[in-house]
Amino acid sequence: MLSLRGVGYRYAGYSTPVLHDIDLTLADGEIVGLVGANESGKSTLCLVTCGLAPGSIGGALTGGGLVIDGEPMAGKPLHEFSTRVGIGFQNPITQLSGVTGSVFEEVALGPMNLGLTQRDTVERTKEALATLGIEHLAEREPRRISGGQGQLVVIASLLAMRPPHLVLDEPTAQLDPEGTRLVGEALRGLAANGTALLVAEHKTDLLDGLCRRVIVLEEGRIVLDGPAGAVLEDERLIDWGVDLPARVRLARATAAAGIDPTMVSV
Amino acid sequence: MLGGYLGPTAIIAVMLVLAVRGGVLGTIVRASLLLTLPIAISVVLVSVFTRAGTTVLLQIGPFDATLEGVDFAGQTLVRLFAISLSIGLFVLTTDPRALVFDLERRGLSPRAAFVAVATIEAVPTLVERAAVIGESQRARGLDTEGSLRARLRGLLPLVGPVILGSLTDVEERSLALESRAFSRPGRRHLLWSMPDESWQRAVRWALGATLVLAIVARITGRL
Repeated sequence: MLSLRGVGYRYAGYSTPVLHDIDLTLADGEIVGLVGANESGKSTLCLVTCGLAPGSIGGALTGGGLVIDGEPMAGKPLHEFSTRVGIGFQNPITQLSGVTGSVFEEVALGPMNLGLTQRDTVERTKEALATLGIEHLAEREPRRISGGQGQLVVIASLLAMRPPHLVLDEPTAQLDPEGTRLVGEALRGLAANGTALLVAEHKTDLLDGLCRRVIVLEEGRIVLDGPAGAVLEDERLIDWGVDLPARVRLARATAAAGIDPTMVSV
Repeated sequence: MLGGYLGPTAIIAVMLVLAVRGGVLGTIVRASLLLTLPIAISVVLVSVFTRAGTTVLLQIGPFDATLEGVDFAGQTLVRLFAISLSIGLFVLTTDPRALVFDLERRGLSPRAAFVAVATIEAVPTLVERAAVIGESQRARGLDTEGSLRARLRGLLPLVGPVILGSLTDVEERSLALESRAFSRPGRRHLLWSMPDESWQRAVRWALGATLVLAIVARITGRL
């Protein structure tokens, strides 16, 4: 389990915090959605959740701290985070190391960095590729695969580190519907195997049906946290700059037109 | 007189045989000739017409073309060709990733290896990025064709976005790498090792010994 208690964070060179009093818990096997308008603090919260803020990018926590499996992570070296919590960003191209000649080598890079034996590295790499069903990409050159495939390779690279928690910051932002579907399926599979996931997304259609819980962030504060179904139907989402899922929009439109909602499905 | 040609010519012969074996003969000869041509022209002009000698072959104005000058130019040219063939063969037949990872296996730090490979691999990425930015700037009316002046003027709006975009990428890539334990100290076990048979090791040692002997012979005046 990963938890943040009363966490605030400000960037280096700024006096005003961008996150305020964040309480967040990620239980094993749980997928939590994170929504909010641009500049609401989603990406910063993702970085704080995996220790890269302030660990790598600087700045400072203005309160609280990160606890993983009961262990406070303050002061731990960054490489210790990598086996506890992984993070993926929206652009697969910039997350690939750029130094490997095949997808297999790309996925194996993390386990190699951990100093694992060749045998363990190969085993983890094969397992990560199989988990996401992308074994067929193993020999492909990372720079020559599609965006959706690239994002799956990035997630596989994180899985090979075997972190029990994954944070994904808009993992489908640059993907087409097919790529989005692939990533969604992969995340469901991971959660079913016990991985806890925090998924920051603008695509509420993806979160609807994928997440157990959804958190809404507004100006660096959590303004709503609850079951996905209830949160994604909340009237205030539009005011907070969040699109309603198609299911909810359609239900409202049919209700407004006086059509029996049971006659329509998404 | 022939002594000055023997060593470089032998090297050229070996390089050409290896190039045939590596399937890069045409490419390497073309590239080496193109690379050495500008230097070769200046070497020939300077050596043939300014080198002092007793056997004058022809006179052009105040300049004498001497046999000694032609000989010196010839020796320099075969050396240049031998050097460019050697470098060309190395570049054309060696995967930079394989080289750097093999160096890491032999003791180079993982960070240094990463920096080396990332630098090499960054070139095609930068070229691709520049092409995309160039297209989008042209779509907005930037003139990058035509005279040299127009091309230079069009260069500035390309350089900024290419560099700034690359810096942004570097920041995200470094975060992604941190998430994959890049900063962990200590050595790592590489996935593969280069095939290195005993005859290859023997050839390397022999080449190293030959180099040392050649240097010693040169210093002591025996070569």
